[in-house]
Amino acid sequence: MSGGAPAGTPLLELRGIGKDYGSVIALDGISTSVRAGEVTCVLGDNGAGKSTLIKVLAGVHRPTRGELLLDGRPVSFSAPREALDAGIATVYQDLAMIPLMSIWRNFFLGSEPTTGWGPFRRFDSVTAKEVTRRELAAMGIDIRDPDQPVGTLSGGERQSVAIARAVHLGARVLILDEPTSALGVRQAGVVLRYIAQARDRGLGVVFITHNPHHAHPVGDRFLLLNRGRSMGDFAKGEVGRDELTTMMAGGQELTELAEELERPPGS
Amino acid sequence: MFAFFAVLSEDFRSPGGVANWLDPASTLGIMAVAVALLMIGGHFDLSAGVMTGTTALTVGVATGQWGWNIWAAIAAALALALAIGFANGWLVTRTGLPSFIITLGTFLMLQGLNLGLTKAFTGTVVAGGIASAPGYAAAEAVFASRFTIAGAQFRVAVLWWLLITVLASYVLLRTRFGNWVFATGGDPVASRNVGVPARRTTITLFMTTAAAAWLVGTILAVRLTSVQANTGTGNELIYIVAAVIGGCLLTGGFGSAVGASLGALIFGMTQLGIPYLDWDADWFYFFLGAMLLLAVLANRLVRRYAEAARR
Repeated sequence: MSGGAPAGTPLLELRGIGKDYGSVIALDGISTSVRAGEVTCVLGDNGAGKSTLIKVLAGVHRPTRGELLLDGRPVSFSAPREALDAGIATVYQDLAMIPLMSIWRNFFLGSEPTTGWGPFRRFDSVTAKEVTRRELAAMGIDIRDPDQPVGTLSGGERQSVAIARAVHLGARVLILDEPTSALGVRQAGVVLRYIAQARDRGLGVVFITHNPHHAHPVGDRFLLLNRGRSMGDFAKGEVGRDELTTMMAGGQELTELAEELERPPGS
Repeated sequence: MFAFFAVLSEDFRSPGGVANWLDPASTLGIMAVAVALLMIGGHFDLSAGVMTGTTALTVGVATGQWGWNIWAAIAAALALALAIGFANGWLVTRTGLPSFIITLGTFLMLQGLNLGLTKAFTGTVVAGGIASAPGYAAAEAVFASRFTIAGAQFRVAVLWWLLITVLASYVLLRTRFGNWVFATGGDPVASRNVGVPARRTTITLFMTTAAAAWLVGTILAVRLTSVQANTGTGNELIYIVAAVIGGCLLTGGFGSAVGASLGALIFGMTQLGIPYLDWDADWFYFFLGAMLLLAVLANRLVRRYAEAARR
C-alpha cells in the first residue's frame, strides 16, 4: 500500500499500533505513515478509535502493542510534553484554547518566551504580542486585537489560531482532532485552507475527521478506521471520494437506511 | 465604600481611623491574595484559616513551652505550613477529588490538632510566653512593629500586605508561572495538552496559600504574644468572600491579586466603618452578603462577555 508516496523515511510511522483499556481492545493493528508536506487523513465514525489513536500519537497514552517511529527511530512518549518536544503538536477540537485568556497568552501557553535573568526572569509579553500578531498575519488570519479573550473568537478562528500556534512553535507533525466537525460550511473551508497552508510549510499533518468531503480535497493518504481496526490505508490516487464515503463505517448501513426511509408510508 | 463611610464619619477618614481599618484589612488581605491565586488556579483551600492558627500555635508552643529561639520556631512553622500545603496539593492532584472536600478534611483535622496538641503541651487552650523568647525584639520589628504617617500609627502588616499584593500581581501577569495559573484554572485538560505542568502548578499554589497562612500566623503570634487554640477558625470563607468581591470566578481561570486586596480593603472598611457610624454590628454581615451577591452578579457579566461568541 505504498501508493505514489515520495521516497525517504516518513516523519512518523505507525506499525501495528494497538491499545487496550483493561480487557477492551480500543485499537488494534493500525499502520500508516505521515510524510513532510503531506496530509494523512484518519477517517472513521464515532467509536472507531480516532480519539484513542490521537491520544497514542500525542503522548497521552502509551500503545499496548506496535511501534511508533519518528524519523525511522522507535519512540515512546509518557507525557504530552515529550511528544511536543519531539515536534508532535496536537490541536484538540474543544480543548485547544482557554476561553477566558487572551489570544497572545493562549498562543504561547506552555512555551512562553522569557526575558531577564535568574529570579527576575519574566514572561516577555511585548515579544509575545508582537509574534502572535505577526504569525497570525502570516497565516492570513485577521485578528483585531491579540488582547481579546479567545472566548470571543468563533470556532473556526480558534482552530486557526491553534494551528498557527503549532506551526510557530516548531511542530513537524501536526495532529488535528476533528477541526471542522463543529463548523459551518464556510468556516470549515477556512480551516481546510490553513491545513493546506501548514502542509505547504512542510509539516506532516494528521487530519482526523468523519467527513470524507473535508478529507478528500486536502488528503494525500487516507486511513480508514472501524471499531478500532484499520479498514485500509490508501494513497490519494487509490481511492475516490465516493468510495471513501461508502467505506466509512455506516456507509453500507446508510444506503440501507436511505432505502428504508424512502419507502412510502402506508405501502 | 470609602466615600460612603468617610462622608458619614469623621473618625473614619482621619489618619488614625485609616490605620484602624487597614489593620484587619492587612492580615485578611495577605490571605485573600494567596487564596485568589489558588482560586484563579481552579481550587479552594478551606484549611487556609485554621492554618494561620496552626502556624501561630507552633510558634507559641515552640517558644513558650520548649524555649526555642523565636526565629527557629518561625522557621519550623514555615516548614510545617509548606508540608501541609504540599499534602493538600498532592492529594488534590493525585485523587482528582474536588479541593473543597480535600481541604475540608484537612481543615477539620487541623482544627482538632490545634486544640488537642495545644492542650497536650500547655495544659490550657492558650500558647503564650512568646514575648520572652530569645530573638523576640528582632521578630517584633519585622512582624509586629508600627510606623507613623501623618501622626497615626500604622502596623507593619500593612507593608507586608502591599508587598504580597505587588509580588502576586507581578507573578500572575508577568511570569510563565502566572500564565500557567490562569490556564490550569481555565481548563486543566487543555493546559496539560499544550504542555503546562498543571499538577506542579496546583501543588505550588497550595503551598503558596500555606506560606501566606504562615506569614499571617507569625504576625498574629508575634503581635499578640499568646495564641488561642481556635485562632483563624472560620476565616477561610472570609478569604474566599474577599477574593470573589475582588473579581475571582469560583470556577477558576479569572481574577486578580489587586482585586482580592480591594476585596479585603472593603471588608476592613465595612467591619470598622459600621461601629464608627454607631450602627449595630449585626449589620456587618448583611453588608458583606450584599456585596458578595453584587460581586458575583458582576462576575457573571464578565464571563458572559468572554464567552459571547462561544459555540
